[in-house]
Amino acid sequence: MKITVNGDKAVKIEFPGSVTADLNQEIQRFCRELEAAAINGVVEWVPAYKSVTIYYEPTKILYSELVNTINALPSHHSGEDQKITSRLLHVPVLYGGNVGPDLERVASYNHLSPNEVIKLHQEANYLVYMIGFLPGFPYLGGLNKKIATPRLEEPRASTFAGAVGIAHEQTGIYPIESPGGWNIIGRTPITLFNPNDEQNPFQFEAGDQICFYSISEQEYQRIELLVKRGEYQLQIDGCID
Amino acid sequence: MSQEIFHIIKPGLMSTFQDKGRTGYQRFGVPVSGAMDRFALQVANILVGNPRYEACIEVALIGPKIEMLHSMTIAITGANLEPKVNGEAKPMWTSFTVYKGDRLSFGRHQEGVFAYIAIAGGIDCPSFLGSKSTDVKSGFGVPVEKGVRINGFPRINKTNVGLKISEIPVYKKKVEIAVIEGPHTEMFTAEEREQFFNVTHTLEANSNRMGYRLKTNIEHWGNTANIWSDAIPYGGIQIPPNGQPIILMADRQTTGGYPRIGTVISSDLSKLAQLVPRGQIQFYRTTIEEAQNQAIKMEKSIRNLALFRKNIN
Repeated sequence: MKITVNGDKAVKIEFPGSVTADLNQEIQRFCRELEAAAINGVVEWVPAYKSVTIYYEPTKILYSELVNTINALPSHHSGEDQKITSRLLHVPVLYGGNVGPDLERVASYNHLSPNEVIKLHQEANYLVYMIGFLPGFPYLGGLNKKIATPRLEEPRASTFAGAVGIAHEQTGIYPIESPGGWNIIGRTPITLFNPNDEQNPFQFEAGDQICFYSISEQEYQRIELLVKRGEYQLQIDGCID
Repeated sequence: MSQEIFHIIKPGLMSTFQDKGRTGYQRFGVPVSGAMDRFALQVANILVGNPRYEACIEVALIGPKIEMLHSMTIAITGANLEPKVNGEAKPMWTSFTVYKGDRLSFGRHQEGVFAYIAIAGGIDCPSFLGSKSTDVKSGFGVPVEKGVRINGFPRINKTNVGLKISEIPVYKKKVEIAVIEGPHTEMFTAEEREQFFNVTHTLEANSNRMGYRLKTNIEHWGNTANIWSDAIPYGGIQIPPNGQPIILMADRQTTGGYPRIGTVISSDLSKLAQLVPRGQIQFYRTTIEEAQNQAIKMEKSIRNLALFRKNIN
């Protein structure tokens, strides 16, 4: 781990190696240790692809003290490769049509039929490497290269909430309406982010796994209604990878 | 009890509710947001007897016109936009009482960008994830709009509580800003870093609460490749491919993928936030130790002010 100053209220902990599911496990493990350590003066931390940034109050803990504390965390010594359990969330998606305006583009770019794109998109389990860009927006790794597609040349002024998109070798879901340049291939009726829910505002967290399954327009409407009533339960499995 | 306190006759250029911002949710992609000038926010609250981080109305460059629906003590800090009550000039950085039917307005822009209106007793507006800060992009609240009535818990507190003249910040049009280098120092050559600290940067007019865009005469940055996205603190200085730096401000996204040459130290963020468009910046290097000394010094002075205010109740 390499510790870098990131202003006087943050440090960046960089993890060596390439961005893989294993490295992400290491990052998630480190975050759990941070949580358990409950270091006085640490405000919050943000896991990313290759790093964890820790925000802290220098009036409570100085940089040098924080570095010593981080160096004393167990992961720095044990080197154990204990697997941590992550959740697998099953996300329903209505593909194509009005809610998948770029499905054809993704298909023709990759010389596939739209149905092949839909099939390939559902095959993988995707890892939530990090959450950023928008509240609750998951950066998902694990996209089949056969359906990788560059961003739109002209980003849309508005992309609807629930839009499932592809950008290069990543796939993601828009939690809220936002301008954006991802290729939109479908829409999920589930809510990724509810600003009014103080208890449980977010559906995903970094380290989760996600898989997509295709639903019909009728199912979409049924789930949408259940979501509105607050009665919808996403299927979540425990999984050890 | 919550009562109507303000009727917004004119909203001003960009008036929002701001407090300390949302902390604890950055790992879920939620921007911190909050007051651009944390010092002015805290002082405004302290002067009217509020907790330091109560929400204020943050106004930018052109102030609003407000009719008082209740009598209460207020204080205005930050940018000097010539506050007036019923057309009569009112002092900045000092608590005073306004009465039902009074009209608070602002005159000409004098200095700075963001002013803060604190209301003794606090504002009653919706809180999301522990903060009343308006963040339209994320879906947290709406800016202060024309015709709107704002609720609060108005109180009449001690008036004429103010900062000594020598303690009132002066917002200049040319500022020196301390920077700690990193975290992507290895992405820049020694020469590029040298240039960054030698040239004078100009603040672009299209700057906003998300980012301050700079115009910089450095023709060629050798390496402006994307990096693996990582978290960006308030004050992080990105160098995007066009070579024109962007300083990430209060409403910044939580993460970004452009290399950062340095971070503005926290005790200089108020000075930076208050720099007017087309103002000039000269950066200089400092150390983490010096920056943290400054942060501690600033916290102490605010704490002393809060203590002083408490003792005159």
